[in-house]
Amino acid sequence: MEQLLSQILAGLATGGIYASVALALVMIYQATQLVNFAQGEMAMFSTYVAWAMIQAQMPYWIAFFLTVGISFVMGAAIQYFVLQRIRGQPVLALVVVFIGLLVIFNSLAGWIFTSTIQVFPSPFPAESPFGQHYISAHELGATVVTLVLITLLWAFFRFTSLGLAMRAAAQNPVSSRLVGIRVGQMLALGWGLAAAVGSVAGMMVAPIVFLDPNMMSGILLYAFAGALLGGIDSPGGAVFGGFLVGVLENLLGAFVVGNELKLVVALVVIVGVLLLRPSGIFGSVQVTRV
Amino acid sequence: MMASAPPRLLSVGMPIAVACAAPFVLSNYHIFQLTLVLVYAIALLGLNILTGYNGQISLGHGAFYAIGAYVAAVLMDRFGVPYWVTVPVAGALCLVVGFLFGLPALRLEGLYLALATFALGVAMPQLLKYKPFEPWTGGVQGIVIVKPDPPWGLPVSADQWLYYFTLAIAIAMFVLGANLLRGRIGRALVAIRDHPIAACAMGIDTARYKSLAFGISAMYTGVAGALGAIAVQFVAPDSFTILLSISLFVGIVVGGLSSIGGAFFGALFIEFVPSIADQISKSAPWAIYGVFLIGLIFLMPMGINWAIRLGWARIARSLHAAPAQSRSR
Repeated sequence: MEQLLSQILAGLATGGIYASVALALVMIYQATQLVNFAQGEMAMFSTYVAWAMIQAQMPYWIAFFLTVGISFVMGAAIQYFVLQRIRGQPVLALVVVFIGLLVIFNSLAGWIFTSTIQVFPSPFPAESPFGQHYISAHELGATVVTLVLITLLWAFFRFTSLGLAMRAAAQNPVSSRLVGIRVGQMLALGWGLAAAVGSVAGMMVAPIVFLDPNMMSGILLYAFAGALLGGIDSPGGAVFGGFLVGVLENLLGAFVVGNELKLVVALVVIVGVLLLRPSGIFGSVQVTRV
Repeated sequence: MMASAPPRLLSVGMPIAVACAAPFVLSNYHIFQLTLVLVYAIALLGLNILTGYNGQISLGHGAFYAIGAYVAAVLMDRFGVPYWVTVPVAGALCLVVGFLFGLPALRLEGLYLALATFALGVAMPQLLKYKPFEPWTGGVQGIVIVKPDPPWGLPVSADQWLYYFTLAIAIAMFVLGANLLRGRIGRALVAIRDHPIAACAMGIDTARYKSLAFGISAMYTGVAGALGAIAVQFVAPDSFTILLSISLFVGIVVGGLSSIGGAFFGALFIEFVPSIADQISKSAPWAIYGVFLIGLIFLMPMGINWAIRLGWARIARSLHAAPAQSRSR
């Protein structure tokens, strides 16, 4: 029983990280109807930037916020310089570009920084808090950071006029342009935000899985699975799905299939959701007109 | 205007003649590299049938390549089956697996299919490492297999023999593929890619053709995997990561989508560009892949094969135009 509880709590902690990557995916999907295959690699690259700053004796939290800022600019620049130019192309061309971005970030990280496995520091204390041993301080801290982030984003989209403009640009670009919203800028903003959210997820997960250029490939899959499970067009659903996949992965990994087949769990979830309920738990059903 | 193709003697006959003569002037290592080019060409043709002609994006074909490779290795190593038997067996098994994977994939389109196949490609190494399969697959260690000797006392080295063996299979697979794509099935596949609703209205059974395309495509890749395993003489889970799937995807885009000859240019690209780029930096090949991919989409979205056809059409036109001009004077 105790083991079960600690597995669930650990699952919630990693689930929080999946939830934030899933949220980044959903934000880009909502803004552009695209699934960004390079999301994980972008987050990994940001984490390396943070690592390099921390190596240069910069205090953790300054490096943290600087990295979020840099990631924002990077995401917006990708939208502005690359994706803006291929709007309206067939899906295949878009997938090609995403895969191109994925391998570029992956190899650049190894090239500029290092491809050996590095330890990434955690900002939280080493011993477990509140005299219990179910959950480490880092896991608890990462969950809190994720929840704060999600709340901030929700508030931004719900209560600010900029958030409203972004939602409008995503839902109906033509009408938005008519009422004076600069759709291109909104899309760049969306990509920037998604990259920033991804960078936070990367910095939170790096102390757990260690830092190397391939650290996000598994996480990206779990996040995909979470986003699909919750509904690819529902931010709240993506967060819920992320947490659920985290718990599922940990429980199945610990008690059913063993640690070696954890990625297969993600595959089964993805294929299963797509087969049984493609819109996810909270997503809206897409109806196309023939 | 549609670019006219170069004459067949030039575009088909000459490469085959060069391919037949090549092993007599090259070192064993270069023969081995050319064997791998042929192997990749078969795999790329398979992927192109699915992605280029039928419009179903697969980012997980490395998984089928891995299945083919493992079938060959396990049969040869554990059951003592001769190498030439393993190739059709690998193809047949991949046909079935691909067809079965194609059935759920019917429900997915575009990005979602790319996503599901991507997951398959990422998860494959873990499946191959799975403990209960270890008596056959050899776990993380993989399997070492022996290079087949040339039969009937032929006066060629083992590398040369393997090259010719692969070349023969590659030619057979390409003839098969070309006939398949030129005929009724090929037209149905293209129709489904271009306008699924119209294709359906014209009486094409879209579900059947799409899963069939998946099966055939996986069969090609499986045959390539088996040949690749025999050539490399080694299989291990970590040779079949998602990067292999991405390489294959890069190959068809660079070579040219929906083209048969493009498979060769793509194969040359994925075999030789990494080793050239490797000399710059260890992680450079992937950066170059990425730059090539994005650059191609911006500059030459049809790939090398179409660029060559276009170039040929220009030459042909200027040749035709020259006598006409002199007459008018």
